[in-house]
Amino acid sequence: MLKKGFILIILIAFSAIFLNLILSFNGSTELSKLGSYYVNNGPTEVGAANIVTSIVVSYRGFDTLGEVVILFLTAAIIGFFLKLSKEEKDENARKQNLRETSEILQTASKILVPVIFLFGAYIFINGHLTPGGGFQGGAIIASGVTLMFLANPNMEFNHRLVSFIESISGLSFVLIGILGIVFAGGFLDNRILELGTFGKLLSAGSIPIIYVFIGLKVGAELSSIVGTLNETQKEK
Amino acid sequence: MDYLNIENISIVTGFLLLLLGIYAILTQKNLIKIVIGFTLFDTGIHIVMVSIGYIRNRTAPILDKAVDVKDAANQIVDPVPQALVLTAIVIGLGVTALMLTYVLKLYKERKSLDIKDYSDLKW
Amino acid sequence: MTNIYIIIAGLLGILILLMAIIAIYQKKIVVAIIAAGVVSLSASIMYLLLAAPDVAMTEAAIGSGLSTVIFFYVLNKIRKNNA
Repeated sequence: MLKKGFILIILIAFSAIFLNLILSFNGSTELSKLGSYYVNNGPTEVGAANIVTSIVVSYRGFDTLGEVVILFLTAAIIGFFLKLSKEEKDENARKQNLRETSEILQTASKILVPVIFLFGAYIFINGHLTPGGGFQGGAIIASGVTLMFLANPNMEFNHRLVSFIESISGLSFVLIGILGIVFAGGFLDNRILELGTFGKLLSAGSIPIIYVFIGLKVGAELSSIVGTLNETQKEK
Repeated sequence: MDYLNIENISIVTGFLLLLLGIYAILTQKNLIKIVIGFTLFDTGIHIVMVSIGYIRNRTAPILDKAVDVKDAANQIVDPVPQALVLTAIVIGLGVTALMLTYVLKLYKERKSLDIKDYSDLKW
Repeated sequence: MTNIYIIIAGLLGILILLMAIIAIYQKKIVVAIIAAGVVSLSASIMYLLLAAPDVAMTEAAIGSGLSTVIFFYVLNKIRKNNA
């Protein structure tokens, strides 16, 4: 009884704060000062047509570095907690005790999975011209790997290859950032290659290369989370 | 009724979803329902953040054939909240996956999904 | 009131709140997880109405794709140990 009253008081206090915030909200009619600086100076300094990309990779590149580190920690902790011991892994490899799926799902997944991988690669290569980028492309590649697991639950997942790809991509991302300190203005500055014409594929300096490495890293991490969760289905 | 426009509708939806998420975390007993409450809480706060940067009758912040480069500051919405929400969505997925791993490990110890059985730290 | 986008935004807002109430109060856990997925999908369409295509793509791929699959893997493991 006392607990219910306590919860009610907390909810009423939160809704009073939110009501105050809603009533004092007017829609804005022109851009803020920070937004107009990024829009006016973005195409000449950075050279990318997608302004959100130029903010995420170039102007606030340290936040992207922090996010990449947090994702790496998450994948490592999940792999550490749900690891099977060695004799359980050999016993599962011998048994193959998961049920086969239907014929329609297996055939359709053989046709759809290469198309999904191609679409994901297209999205993170064209990140600076159209909506998209590294994080979206990595999530789409992880969805393709999930479809492979759902159609064939007994598939062997090669953890060493995937963690090798992830480590190499992470190292290359930090190396390109350090090259930015040596050759141009600061960390993750994209003027180490020349800017090129506005709107073509090979423009905006080193932004396409950075996004390729981020897309591969995010895709490999999310696939390894799904692979670890799939391996725990097999044990007794 | 000039206050019935897109940014008012979405900010009210976002704040109500936030309140429902807090209510689910505080009153539910099942561990998986508490994790679903955290997911609803995250989605609500992201909707509020994106709808603050919206300006009426303007288009998306991408400079292609629909927007010309010289006059762009009068034709696009604010791009800074969108860049912040992009990072926040990916980190929300990481936190949800980590919470579900802890639920699995707790279930292996005591075979129960009810939060009343885990009262070791109560004084 | 004569703009079609305002009517669509209103319907999406009502759908989001209805599905959130179903996700909290339903007894079966499978129905609650699917209702949380529908909340993410409707929020992704609302981001398109708010002129944010990058955020809409990210929320659709991560919120209603990978998050729901991870919930179902964990639920299957718990149920297989129980029955």
